[in-house]
Amino acid sequence: MKNFLIIAILFFTFSKTKANLAYITNEKDNTVSVIDINKKKVVKTVKVGQRPRGIIMSKDGKLVLICVSDDDRVEVRDAETMKLKYYLPSGPDPELFILSPEDDTLYIANEDDAMVTVVDMVDKMIVDDIPVGVEPEGMGLTGNGKILVNTSETTNMAHFIDTETLEITENVLVDARPRVAMFTPDDKEVWISAEIGGTVKVISPDSKEVTHTIGFEIPGVNEESIQPVGVRHTKDGKYTFIALGPANRIAVVDSKTKKVIKYLLVGQRVWQLAFTPDQKTLLSTNGVSNDVSIINVNKLKVEKSVKVGRFPWGVVISPN
Amino acid sequence: MRLKFFLYIFFSFVLIHSQNVESRELSIKQLEERKKLDLERKKRIEKRGKKTFQKEITITTEIVFLSKEREVPAVLSNLDPILDDEGFYGVKLAIEDNLTTGRFLGHDYKVQFYRVLLEENLEAEFEKLLKDGKKYFVVDLNEDELLSLMKIPGIDDVLVFNTRAKNDSLRNENCKENFFHIPPSYSILSDALTQYLVKKKWKKWFLVTGPKKNDQMYSTALKNSAKKFNVKIKEEKIWDFSADLRRTAGKEVPIFTKGSKYDVLIVADEAGEFGEYLAYRTWDPRPIAGTQGLKPNSWHRTHEQWGATQMQNRFRRESGRWMTEVDYHSWTAVRAIGESVTRTNSNDVNEVQKYLLSEKFGLGAYKGVKVSFRSWNGQLRQPVLLAAPRSMVSVSPQDGYIHPVSELDTLGKDQPESSCKF
Repeated sequence: MKNFLIIAILFFTFSKTKANLAYITNEKDNTVSVIDINKKKVVKTVKVGQRPRGIIMSKDGKLVLICVSDDDRVEVRDAETMKLKYYLPSGPDPELFILSPEDDTLYIANEDDAMVTVVDMVDKMIVDDIPVGVEPEGMGLTGNGKILVNTSETTNMAHFIDTETLEITENVLVDARPRVAMFTPDDKEVWISAEIGGTVKVISPDSKEVTHTIGFEIPGVNEESIQPVGVRHTKDGKYTFIALGPANRIAVVDSKTKKVIKYLLVGQRVWQLAFTPDQKTLLSTNGVSNDVSIINVNKLKVEKSVKVGRFPWGVVISPN
Repeated sequence: MRLKFFLYIFFSFVLIHSQNVESRELSIKQLEERKKLDLERKKRIEKRGKKTFQKEITITTEIVFLSKEREVPAVLSNLDPILDDEGFYGVKLAIEDNLTTGRFLGHDYKVQFYRVLLEENLEAEFEKLLKDGKKYFVVDLNEDELLSLMKIPGIDDVLVFNTRAKNDSLRNENCKENFFHIPPSYSILSDALTQYLVKKKWKKWFLVTGPKKNDQMYSTALKNSAKKFNVKIKEEKIWDFSADLRRTAGKEVPIFTKGSKYDVLIVADEAGEFGEYLAYRTWDPRPIAGTQGLKPNSWHRTHEQWGATQMQNRFRRESGRWMTEVDYHSWTAVRAIGESVTRTNSNDVNEVQKYLLSEKFGLGAYKGVKVSFRSWNGQLRQPVLLAAPRSMVSVSPQDGYIHPVSELDTLGKDQPESSCKF
């Protein structure tokens, strides 16, 4: 009994001090870099399949899922050891994906195919394909998992999908090359970034109408290199961070007024973003400078950049 | 109708065709496997009876792709196959893209492929198509052929998209409001190359021009670029040897290139009649650029940035070969029509033309920035890829060349210099 207590205490302290880990896919290296966010350095580099891009984790933080695009499948790895557990099937060229709130269904955007593939996580089987626009990419899901929004890069649309019937309910034209769809924490808005259009459109999931169009202007940066991709909202509904690609900046937008508050200078060609669970820290992948910027959310300041592999693409942070 | 009805979108043909093509890269096998999986999936979906989203069709846009049969030139190199289907797969992919978008909006697209045979008369065949009420023409024709189209009565009521001719005259003194030019002009290409060479400080050139008319056009553009960016042309020679260089280049080229001191040998030889034989044979050890060596292109097989990988994969899966510039131009032309119909919700020629030339028009075309049309001459504004045969070297416009409207307008003749006014 005593021993058990000691072990329990030990375990407790161990898990308390457990590292806050971020996983970064390096598109051109076929690796995943694991960063200890507290130490601000890479603690592990793991060889994965070909052309890793989208990366997510299960809600319990036990599994890491990676789209290995050129292998046409999804790798599922143990978050702690990073050992390959199994593969999930996908369509050709999976790019971004999202898990249902219960972690039982995986929705995958297959870029080389105009399909969103629905995979059953228990049976590890494709249950359905939903035909969408050309080069599907962005995947957004409401908190209750009822509405899925997929964006198609060449069709320039946001497709609203009912996850019960797996049918498209509405298609909304947005600006050129939509990359990411992200619902606000209250699910009352979905924000769609358009890389070539240079804008972010805010759409109401109820009316399916565009309510706001957010543009960006940065002195000394030409309009063409402002290419919004990654979008992340803080849970308190205060800020929205938008990665602006080759403008090498992240825009901080007031989530309510939709006005840009500040531009944070990060590495080159910033694409994807992720918060730590406490939302005090934000990470960005900077593809061309091959690093990850660590941003202090309260101070709205870039604290450090951490060198990773070649062309860092996606980032996910452990929920625990 | 003596026009040979060339090809309609015909899936089975595509299948047979792609299987006959010998794979040039290992990964084509992977692409074929993907294609098989795709078909299996499509069958599965059909079996399940799942309907794709289809809004009721309200607008149908008909597009004509017109090409001309050409005499096969004497082959200088048997490395690259001579293609007689350039443009076809570009149009096909773009139509599929348009249809996918159209499905959600109730817009339908139809395409007809025509090929004018050697013994046929282009103007006469084109007139028949005009009489048939065709409105949108994507054409794979050269400068003279385009000029002859401009004189046909009734041409003003249709839109023509040039996918091959790079001649500056078409964008300047011979321009026409309803003719859109997708390929970068010789001026755009030469400026794109020059910006990079200036950045490298390779500002002393030895210019060699081929015997063909278009080589001279390209050469003129290069000379203009040199003037514009303060580059010195130290020596200029015309290559007029008719001899086949395959066995004698080692003797001829050193003497030909001996003389002034220069940084880079610039070649204007589109057909590749001698340019390929200059490398490693010059008197001084110098790099080569222009139509050989470091080449400015609108599309290249080494291009993989900004989603180009997806385009390259889709194209190769469909055709079993690499996408050429004409394929890319055809894709862009059909997508430009589709984008305008999508945004204006109309296929009226005047509305589409107005939209294409307006500031609102912008198309994602795998070039990192949106492409659009110059309102004063219908030239597509686009970044230019500077590529060596097996690697992408740079993309112009180069950093530091600034412009009040678009940095893309630092390439080629800008509005004040253009002699075209609509």
